[in-house]
Amino acid sequence: MGVEICVEGLTKSFGHQVIWQDVSLTLPAGEVSVMLGPSGTGKSVFLKTLVGLLKPERGSVKIAGRDITRLREHDLHEVRKLFGVLFQDGALFGSMNLYDNIAFPLREHTRKSESEIRRIVLEKMDMVGLIGAEEKLPGEISGGMRKRAGLARALVLDPEIILFDEPDSGLDPVRVAYLNQLIVDLNAQIDATFLIVTHDIASARQVPDNIGLLFRRELVMFGPREELLTSEEPVVRQFLNGRMQGPIGMAEEKDAAQVEQELAALGDGGGKGTRSPGSQTLTPRLLPGPGIHRPPRWEAIARREAALHQETVVDA
Amino acid sequence: MSLSPVGALRHSGSLFAMALDVFRTIPRRPFQVREFIQQAWFIASVTILPTALVSIPFGAVIALQIGSLTRQLGAQSFSGAASVLAVLREASPIVTALLIAGAGGTAICADLGARKIRDEIDAMQVLGIDPIHRLVVPRVLASMLVAVLLNGLVSVVGVAGGYFFNVVLQNGTPGAYLASFTTLAQLSDLWAAEIKALVFGAIAAIVASYKGLTAKGGPKGVGDAVNQSVVITFMLLFVTNFVMTAVYFQVVPQRG
Repeated sequence: MGVEICVEGLTKSFGHQVIWQDVSLTLPAGEVSVMLGPSGTGKSVFLKTLVGLLKPERGSVKIAGRDITRLREHDLHEVRKLFGVLFQDGALFGSMNLYDNIAFPLREHTRKSESEIRRIVLEKMDMVGLIGAEEKLPGEISGGMRKRAGLARALVLDPEIILFDEPDSGLDPVRVAYLNQLIVDLNAQIDATFLIVTHDIASARQVPDNIGLLFRRELVMFGPREELLTSEEPVVRQFLNGRMQGPIGMAEEKDAAQVEQELAALGDGGGKGTRSPGSQTLTPRLLPGPGIHRPPRWEAIARREAALHQETVVDA
Repeated sequence: MSLSPVGALRHSGSLFAMALDVFRTIPRRPFQVREFIQQAWFIASVTILPTALVSIPFGAVIALQIGSLTRQLGAQSFSGAASVLAVLREASPIVTALLIAGAGGTAICADLGARKIRDEIDAMQVLGIDPIHRLVVPRVLASMLVAVLLNGLVSVVGVAGGYFFNVVLQNGTPGAYLASFTTLAQLSDLWAAEIKALVFGAIAAIVASYKGLTAKGGPKGVGDAVNQSVVITFMLLFVTNFVMTAVYFQVVPQRG
């Protein structure tokens, strides 16, 4: 069963530059959450703060009742065993082949026999579709394979919390679709708490239970998927629709007058029926694939999705 | 690296903090034997040949300088004594320091820096493994071991080079050169040099590891880190050398 992460009043800055301030949210145990945000809003910094790699200036991160920001280095290593983290480029150890990379946490932290380690490693490699690539070095394989190998390594210790740092960056759309399916299947199978940091809107619409949006040095919104997808908040609308009109500019935020003008123009256009497709309709959720045993939570989600989807079909 | 005094102070502070961490972590089990052997072998392989090649001309230069000086003073019989003393006391620890920092330290720093910017170090910490225990301690110990052995190598090669130049090229007397070997130098000089080498090895590896583990800003950051690690190590080594030499003269009674 997953673990709840409770973040309160978190503020992080590098020197005088504030990255984000006063971020408060709760990642519910066992659910999938997505953290969205334009490039350079400190999404990866947020992830690293959650695992205690970076110390925040203020605020707390409570995991299983322990405040990670106040722990000593030694206790931190213990708490981190609850985590599996998939880094952007997989962060595999360049000197070891894939098999040794994935076996590494088991060899370090458990007293399992080598045959048992082999069984677990091959099982995880099968899960991410890497059977046959055991002897390859990280330098010899593609970015997508490195990501999947990183995921397999994050999974071997059966973590309670899995963090994904841009799992979809640098992958083609088909591989992203497979990876999203894999994430949903994993959640149904191991029941851990998931946090995905990304700026891929399509994934954010399909995969999570909850969505959060970081912008302008703060958490604009965090809540259930439906709430954000139907939100009227300009920043949320702009980002989830991936359009230029709105508060988010190319370099930084725009000035208020320009934003109002743009939104008004967009409102006129919307009246004539040119609103971008799918801006208000709910994208169907990605469900665990056939053959995956669905726990009660996913059964409920599947029923709700079926009902919702049927309604829209009837409406049409 | 920022040039403000506060920034410099902060860097020195974290460097010493890491040095303390390293020494506190050394006794922790399990000791990373494999990593230690690999690193010792690696550092030795990148330093042995350059060290030997540097120490031959180093011994020769000392022999040349001393040879002409002693001839002018009419003290040729002492040229062996002076040459051994110079090589043993100063030349060998300095050559060892230069090579350990220049060849071993840069390799350590580049290796750890590349791992750092590829997120490998972060990944390791997230997997609940202390990079100091796993990566830095074996490197520091390996560097210390290799420095001590290199110091021995430099002493032998340097003295041999000095002998060759003095006897063959300056027509010195082999018997007088060998006979005067121990008139000025003593065994404690060798011990002192070895202790110096041990400390230099530790400093070089700790500075290189610190700079590597704090590298940031992509591949250019690694290059900068390597550059800074060499400069900082050299400065620290020469200061340490001076202090240790001064202490040695106070503690150990001299001959002659």
